[in-house]
Formats: sequence, C-alpha cells, structure tokens
Amino acid sequence: MNLNIYLGMLRQAENTLADSFRQVAEGHGAEPDVHFLCRTLAAQCDGHGELLGPVVQRYGENSSDNEPERLHAQGLATTRNGPVGLLRDLQDLYLLASFVDVTWTMVKQAGSALRDNELLAVVEKCDAETATQLRWLQTRMKQAAPQALVAAR
Amino acid sequence: MVDRIANIWGTRTAYARDGLWPVRVDQVLDDGIAEGDVDRWVQSACVLCSNGCACDIAVKDGAMVGIRGRAQDLVNHGRLGPKGLFGSRQGVSHKDRLTSPLVRENGQLVECDWDTAMRRIVDRSRDLLAERGPLSHGFYTSGQLFLEEYYALAVIGKAGIGTPHMDGNTRLCTATAAAAMKESFGADGQPGSYTDIDSCDALFLYGHNMAETQTVLWSRVLDRIAGPDRPRIVCVDPRNTEVARHADVHLAIRPGTNLALMHALVREVLAQGWDDAGYVRDHTLGLDALRKVVEPWTAEAAAAVCGVPASDIRDAARIFGTSDRIVSTVLQGFYQSSQATAASCQVNNLHLLRGMLGAPGRGVLQMNGQPTAQNNRECGADGDLPGFRNWENPDHIQELARLWNVDPMTIPHWAPPTHAMQIFRYAEQGSIDFLWISATNPAVSMPELPRIRDILAKPDLFLVVQDLYLTETAQYADVVLPAAGWGEKTGTFTNVNRIVHLSDQAVDPPGQARSDLDIFLDYARRMDFTTLNGGPLLDWTGPEDAFEAWKDCSRGRPCDYTGITYGRLRGGSGIPWPCNEDHPNGTDRLYRDGVFPTDPDYCESYGHDLLTGATVGAQAFRAQDAGGRALFKTAPFHPPHEEPDEDYPLRYTTGRTVYHFHTRTKTGRSRPLSDAAPRAWVELAREDADRLGISEGDLVRVTSRRGRIEVPARVSGIAPGTVFAPFHYGYWDTGGRPGTHPTAANELTLTEWDPVSKQPMFKNAAVTVEKIGDATGPAPAPTTTASRPAAAPGTAPVPATTGGDGAQATETTDTKPAPRFPDTIRNTTEGGRP
Ligand code: SF4
Repeated sequence: MNLNIYLGMLRQAENTLADSFRQVAEGHGAEPDVHFLCRTLAAQCDGHGELLGPVVQRYGENSSDNEPERLHAQGLATTRNGPVGLLRDLQDLYLLASFVDVTWTMVKQAGSALRDNELLAVVEKCDAETATQLRWLQTRMKQAAPQALVAAR
Repeated sequence: MVDRIANIWGTRTAYARDGLWPVRVDQVLDDGIAEGDVDRWVQSACVLCSNGCACDIAVKDGAMVGIRGRAQDLVNHGRLGPKGLFGSRQGVSHKDRLTSPLVRENGQLVECDWDTAMRRIVDRSRDLLAERGPLSHGFYTSGQLFLEEYYALAVIGKAGIGTPHMDGNTRLCTATAAAAMKESFGADGQPGSYTDIDSCDALFLYGHNMAETQTVLWSRVLDRIAGPDRPRIVCVDPRNTEVARHADVHLAIRPGTNLALMHALVREVLAQGWDDAGYVRDHTLGLDALRKVVEPWTAEAAAAVCGVPASDIRDAARIFGTSDRIVSTVLQGFYQSSQATAASCQVNNLHLLRGMLGAPGRGVLQMNGQPTAQNNRECGADGDLPGFRNWENPDHIQELARLWNVDPMTIPHWAPPTHAMQIFRYAEQGSIDFLWISATNPAVSMPELPRIRDILAKPDLFLVVQDLYLTETAQYADVVLPAAGWGEKTGTFTNVNRIVHLSDQAVDPPGQARSDLDIFLDYARRMDFTTLNGGPLLDWTGPEDAFEAWKDCSRGRPCDYTGITYGRLRGGSGIPWPCNEDHPNGTDRLYRDGVFPTDPDYCESYGHDLLTGATVGAQAFRAQDAGGRALFKTAPFHPPHEEPDEDYPLRYTTGRTVYHFHTRTKTGRSRPLSDAAPRAWVELAREDADRLGISEGDLVRVTSRRGRIEVPARVSGIAPGTVFAPFHYGYWDTGGRPGTHPTAANELTLTEWDPVSKQPMFKNAAVTVEKIGDATGPAPAPTTTASRPAAAPGTAPVPATTGGDGAQATETTDTKPAPRFPDTIRNTTEGGRP
C-alpha cells in the first residue's frame, strides 16, 4: 500500500503551507487583512497537520525517497514588495493550497476505498477548510489585481 | 420648562404593552423669540443620529430660530433629544462656516470663486483619467448627506468615471448592519420596526448604548419601563451605561469576545429546545452547521472567555428562549469589534431559531450610526450598488446600464466596490491620486490617525474636501468646497427604521456655499459625462428630479420608493419603504410571511464565509437552493488579534457620549452641548485607577502601539481591565494639530477590519495607562450618562452636569392623539403627484 506516502506528503505540504502563510503574513504587515488572515490560516494548517498525526502513525511513516516525493511542494522562500508583489505572493499561496487541496481529494479517495471512517472524518474537516482558504485567496487576488496591474506605479 | 441637558430623555409618558406611545411635543425657541414671532415653520428631520426625528424649523427674518418635534410622525411622536434641540441649527448657523471655495496656492489655502475651484478639480480629474484611467479616482463620502446627493455621486462614480473606489463614513458606522442582513436574509433591509418596542416583552441590546446614541428611541423604552408591564431588558456592554442600569441582566463582557457569548446563547436556546422547529424547517437553511459551530460553547466556556458569570449567560438565554415577543437591537459594540458580521448574524440567528420576526413585538433592529447612512447603502455611493443590486449578478449590472443608458462595461463589477480602508491604502501607495471627501472627517474618525494624517498630507495626492467647516481633514485639502448644511437645502433621507423624511430648505446658505447636490451636478456637467446617445448623464436640475430618478432605480427592489412623492412627505408622517402599488402606505415591518430575499436572481449578495470573507459565488449559492429561506450563518470564535500583554495590559475601547455627534463639527459649536462635554477624557475602573495611583481628574497618558493620548481620567463604573475614550475630540478647536496633549481616541486604535463587512475595529486594542499630572478638578465628562463617576469614599462629589438657562425646552403632552401606522401616512391623493 502506498497511502502512507501520500499521507506523509500531505502532512508535509500542510506544514509548508502553514510556513508560507506565516511568511506572507510577516512580509505584508501593511495589508492588515492579509496579515491577520494569513496568521489565522497558518494556524488552521497546523491544526490539519495535527489531525493527520494519528492517521499517519497508523499507516506508518514513509521516509523512502521514491517517486511521489518529487511532488513535494516548495514553500515561499521570501516575500515580494509592492502591489504586484502582494499579488504574486498570494498566487504562490494559491498554488500551494491547490496542491494541498487535490492531495486531500486523493487521500479521501483512498480512505473511501479503505472504508476508514477515522481518516474520512479528518478529510471532511480539513478539506472544507482548505477549500475556503482557496476561495479567500481568490477573492483577495481578484480584488487586488486591477489596481496592481493597471493603476499601481 | 425642562433642562434637557440634565434631563436627557425628558419627562416620562408611561404606556402599556400594545398601547400607542403618547405624544410629547418638545420645542425650543431662541432667547427673546415668542411663538408669535415666528414667520414660518419648515418641515424637516434631525440629522444628528440615525433615529431621524421629524421636526419643524422655526424661521424668522431668514434665520433659523427654533425647532419642535412633529407630533404626527411615526418615529418620534413629537419628541427631540438634546442634540436635536440644541445642536441641529446651532451646528450650522455659526460664524465659522466656510463661505467661499478655497484653493491651495504656495502651500496656503486662499479664497477663490467657484469657477476657479471647480476648474482646478476638473482639470486634474481629466488629466488623471487620460493618463492613468478611472482607478486613479476615489470618493469618500458620508452618512450625513441626502438621498439625492448620494444617488448623484453614485451615478457620477459608477457610470461617469467608472471607478470602484467609492465608500463613505458609513463603512465606519453601519457596514456590518448591512452585511449581517445580506448574509442572513439575502439583502439589506431593516426587518423590524420601532413600533415593536410598543409590543415587546423582552428587549436585548447588543453593544448598543441606545440611551446615548438614539435618545428618543430610548425615551420610548423608558416609557415602556415606566408602564405597568415593562419588558425585560438584557444589555451586552462593558460599560455601566444607562441601559445597563435598567437591565435585568447586564453582561459586561470583555471587548472582543462578542461571538463567544453569542455562540453560548444560541447553544443554550438549542439545548433547551426553545427553538421553533416549524419555523426553522419552513423558513431557514443551515441549522446543522450552526449547531456544530456552537456545540463547544457551553455557558461556562463562554463565561471563561467573556469574563462574566455563566449563570448570567444562562439567565439571558432563558429570557430569550421563553419570552413571547422579543426585540433585539445591535450597534457599534458589535459592529466595530472583532468578528463583527459573525456576531451580528448570531443575533439574526437567534430570532430565526425562535421565529421572532415579522410580527408585532418580534423583530431585529440592526441599527445605523449616522443619520443618513441608510441612504448611502441604498443609493450605492458606498460599497454597495444602487437599489441593493448584486455586483456579482450580470443582470443587475445590465439593469443599471439600461437605467443610466451607459455601456455596462463602464460600471465596475469585476470585484466588490473598494472599501474605505483599502481606498486609503491605495492612496498611501499612490495608485489613487485623486480623492474627493464629502461631509466627513477621516482625520479624526478613522483608526490609527498618525497614519491617516500622513496619507492626507501626501504631496502627490490631490485632495478635494467638501464640508461646512474647515475641518481637520479640510486643512490638508488642495481644494475646499463650502457646502450648504441642514435647513439650507432640500432633500430626503431615511432613518434606521426605513422611514423616509423630507427636509425642506428653510434659509439660504451663507456666502457662496452651495448644496452638495449642486456641487456634484456642476462637476458632472463640467466633466461632460454623457449617455450612450450623447445626452448629459445627469440632466437633473434639482433635488426633486434626483428623487424621481432614484424612484426608477429603486423600482422592484427591496427598497422600493416608487409610491413616495415629495408631496406625500409634506404635512404628514415620514413613510417607511417599501412603498409601491402593493404597499401604497409603506411597510411597517418586513418578512411577515417568512419569505426572505434569497432568490439568487433577486438577492443583493451571494454571501461570504464569515471567518475569512471568501465569497460564496453564484454557483454555490444557487446550488443551496435557498428559495426564500433565510440562512443560518456563523463562524468559529477567534480571539482578538491584539490582546493585553505585559507592555499593554489594558483593553481599550472607544465610543460616543450623548452630547456629541461624530467629530463635533456641529455639536461642538452648540454652547449647551459643548458645555456639557467640553473636552476629552478617558474612563477607568475604580480598581484599575487605585492600582495605578490615579484619582478622578488626574491627567493620564494612554499609550498603544500606534500612538498616545493625554487626557483627564474619569473613574467610572466601567468593567475592570477596560479603558474607554470618547472619539469626538479632534483638534479643530485646539490649533488644528495634536499638539503636546493629543486627545483623539483614534490616535490609539489599530488598522484592522471585519473580513466581511470591512468595518474597522475601534473597540479592541491593548493599551497602558500612567499618571502624568495631578487633577485640577474633575474630568470634563458628563455625570448623566455611562461616564457617571464612581465616587471614591471620602471624596467630594463631582458636580452634576446641567444645562442651565440655555438648555430649557418645553414639553407639551396630551394635546394630540398618538400617530398610528398606516393612518398617519398621507394618502396619494392628499399628497398629489409630481
Ligand atoms: S434622537 Fe437623534 S434624530 Fe432624534 S433629536 Fe436626538 S440626535 Fe436628532
């Protein structure tokens, strides 16, 4: 069974996403909504990682450096400046969160096939929150894009 | 004669449940003027709070010399409060008024004529539109203009220029009321009515110090309290307000914890089975999700977070769960605090759970702060579209485009209209370089003032300010336009209860001052804004044209004005919308049938996730198939982002006092009002004051991460650990700038807003307090209100606030029958057609 590979990958991706949310929060302190929400959402990702803990333990950690590990998502190393920088950073978060989102979907598929109710309960809570994170990122980017791309100096 | 500074709510006229609130006509005439001297009485309504009390202005020799309440009006039954009596005309008839336009020359504001001022604005506007496009323009207006003026501004901004950057001070005072109603019911529109006060058994006031913010509405409550069958009262407020003093349960919760309390109330109502299962089944959606979110919030859990006894929370829940008719009112304690929309939606949810809507004595009043905030929301000069239209619905955009005969592409609808805080952020970053501020004063009213002042002072920001006085904000302007004030122009406005009033011109404006409508129309003409067939975009010549145009825009929408005319508004009572063929005399309360405007083709919003503000979107909204049912919306509780710590150990909150409005530009110029609350202060609890070695009247420094104020301390009955400052005290009367002892409460507040309503948070920040000087007397805070002193044992009592000779009003009772809806509304024949 390879589910453990995906579970490990998911937990790591949630960690990476949490760190990236925190990075954007700190880098864009002058945008209070971004700053505070990114912190809240980082904590949400931390929570997802914790919820995954027992499941990961049950299926056994996989540390082999095999193929799926190359899917590992890169976090944000730094943040950018200015209106376009904000847009790009939010877009990076969006890509990361999308990766997390689709990984949850795959894990859910496997959980269904395994009739693993404990895993499915974790998926239900976390996947919905990830979906909202994506919607918020999109809402915020759509608001910022015209000013950043058309009017900003 | 009654001293109406000392006796804020006037003399009691008690009445029983389901009775009519007796008439009491309040009147003041200038010294030396007798009733027989008055040349004429001109109909109006007061613009000093969202109550909108109907009044007549006494005119003699072309000047306003007095005021009296209108007995036949549904709102006030003849009464006026201290601000209406002593601040309305005194606030505009003052020597400080601007009488000429000003332009900046070599750094100085100098007088000029209208043509020079307008040409300067139009040149800059045209240049910027050519160079950088509509996104370079921002408009920040008010909650104090007339409907006609907002609508003109909305058409100019949305169809003339085509900028999404339009908002108003309404964002600071009322955005959450609108947001909560959109989320719960699908559209803005006050469900309840003031007449519900007459019939209720229980009254819940959530963060609403009604006794000071809407004094005449509170008189109505006091008259019920004085009657034989008083309603039970529950007050949620950290201060020992006049409301709290009359409450059966006072929940003095920590600022920033509203949502935790609300979760516990909802949970308790569900756990005890007090919900109306039939109503919930037929008229709502989303109970399961609500149940899940509130599940952890036992009364004990909330008590630990909110700092009040669990038994009090249970008592409050029991009153809500078991009373037969309940009215809830909500204001800034919820709207300007953290998780504002989520907490305010929980009030709606409680009413939905018990089916407490749409019947006498059963209603929600999501209140407004400013007098005409309602119209800004309706007309869309703020972050809304005209007629409560939905920016995400392409058909609604088409409707507007047809109405205005413009290309739908002109009307910005690719994202929500830009909210005030974001407009100022774009100005800070330099992508908005044309900002037109009308009838409001962000240099005092916005959070984190040091930052706001820097933005207003930016050399490359072209700033137009249109106002009655040279306000703190106007001092930064490139062009200042002198506007006509209340009583000097004609127009309509709508109170928090949906009641539309006409305010007729009583006197001429001073000097060259012109009505805000005239100014906007002049700009539109000079800018040559045209329709698709080349005609002028705004061809109105005066307010009545604008009103008729607005009626077309409102047709078929929740705020339908099509049955109202200026004629019908003259002589009788104000009329509550919707008023149309189906409701020829208007509508006292909404949702009698439990059908809500959640039809996706009709609704004003598809809604948001209340934790993040993520939009739900058309597809997901349609998929839930609400079909006229209301929505239970909520979010998990999240503690405030700035909590007390070692460096800043106290919670800071801001608010109003009864004697002032906004930044005192009007009320500060009234002798009786200004004498009652002349200067800024800060309120501390006795135990905090003792611990810090502070006594009544000592000069203290209050510091937050953003700035400081230095004002005298009032030791009051506020909850320990919490510090309160009134937000009215800027610098126009003390040299224009903060100086050595800054007084504006917003020096300390933080730049943060609710994710859904985008209303800034004025009600929670962390501060530290230290004594910096000995008292020279008691703090200049009124003793008649929440700021009443908590006397220290063995000290001299603080002298009581009184008004003396200049604050005498007559109160006449028992001469006129009380108005009743709809009998007091003038019918269409009486009013005539335009
Ligand atoms: S209650 Fe409000 S509207 Fe009525 S008189 Fe007082 S300030 Fe004016």
